[in-house]
Amino acid sequence: MKPVAFDYVRPTSISEACALLAGDDGARIIAGGQTLIPMLAMRLARPTRLVDIARIPDLAFIRDEGEGVTIGAVTRQSVAERDPIVGTKLPLLAKALPWVGHRATRVRGTVGGSIANGDPAGEIPLVAVTLRATITVQDASGVADLAAGEFYLGSMITALPEGAIVTSVRFPVWTKGRVGAGFHEVSARRNDFALVASAAQVALDADGRCTALSVGIGGAADTPVRLEAVSEALLGSRLDEAVVQRAVVAGLDDLATLDDLHASAAYRKRVATTVARRAILEARQEALGGQHAR
Amino acid sequence: MRVELQVNGRREEADVEPRCTLLDCLRETLGLKGTHAGCEHGVCGACTVLVDGEPARSCLMLAVQADGHGITTIEGLSPAPGELSVLQDAFCETHGLQCGYCTPGMILAGHALLARTLNPTRAEIVDAISGNLCRCTGYGQIVEAIALAAERLRSVNLKAGET
Repeated sequence: MKPVAFDYVRPTSISEACALLAGDDGARIIAGGQTLIPMLAMRLARPTRLVDIARIPDLAFIRDEGEGVTIGAVTRQSVAERDPIVGTKLPLLAKALPWVGHRATRVRGTVGGSIANGDPAGEIPLVAVTLRATITVQDASGVADLAAGEFYLGSMITALPEGAIVTSVRFPVWTKGRVGAGFHEVSARRNDFALVASAAQVALDADGRCTALSVGIGGAADTPVRLEAVSEALLGSRLDEAVVQRAVVAGLDDLATLDDLHASAAYRKRVATTVARRAILEARQEALGGQHAR
Repeated sequence: MRVELQVNGRREEADVEPRCTLLDCLRETLGLKGTHAGCEHGVCGACTVLVDGEPARSCLMLAVQADGHGITTIEGLSPAPGELSVLQDAFCETHGLQCGYCTPGMILAGHALLARTLNPTRAEIVDAISGNLCRCTGYGQIVEAIALAAERLRSVNLKAGET
């Protein structure tokens, strides 16, 4: 056995889980464990107690709320991947989920776990930031909603208050115009960590002009980044390749990309430009093809 | 902590520390050595088992998390003592293994794929085993083995789960 010794509790309600966390500074949440268990094996994490929230019934759901779809924190990634509501209402999340880890980790890994873990290369945080999702957290004192764009502070550092649990994530649903989504990622090996990933969702009017565009980059910096300037530059355009390329180059100009042994900052910048362009063009193509149109 | 598992259809009880992985529980407590311990931190896929029919890495799961779940290991695939499943047989026939270390994980990942579809494309086969490392074969014969097993299963009146 490689991890340090710890206690294990399996609360049956969110409030019970919050009380357990509040009562022990060394306690940590476990849901799917696909990031935490390797950290335990390497003893990078040394909890005194694991609070297993995976079986709390109030945390496992996917709810269509018209203007948004709310996903409970312990919903398995593989369940969300095959869910018909996600498939029709959240085309961008549906495109991104097959890129998360491997099939054998998606079966265990949870949507909320990925959100709370805040890996800068994580696909689910990227989609949350790109679509301006709302992250609901709860602690012993109550419930709060946090904007995904303000949730990620650094690599695996989030605004989640100490002793709080991510309980759900609400993704806005785009209902106007012809909607399409695109997702592109570059990694060293299939389904390995993204060196750079890009997610884009567009809405086009009957003329094929862009009425809404969200595009984000993951893996390039220490948090996922929503490219506001690119969206603004492309609104009203027909998203022709050259126009998209110019907007993306300009929009990424001041992004400070990560430099590490996997890829240099310059390489990440080049790849970011390419995947963002491809994601936007793929989203446009899908919107024109009428898929996901409502 | 006491945990109750359905391992290969048999009810098993084990008394484990919370920090004991499902992998260690299967190998050390229950004596099922067919599940191989590779990297033990979720990279190589050698320890892949099926949890309620879906492939999962037993080193990335605590035994206490598996409490009450159904686990299938490589020992649970053969139809009778001394016999091989169609997929296991296909691995022998196509030389889908050399040292054999990754083989149980590969076969369980392939088994889960064939339980979903008996008409997998090459891309689907590659995707199904993309989380499993093999340092001997170069993967070619493993892909071939799964394709051969799919072909054989298509031509018999077995249901997908009965590989």
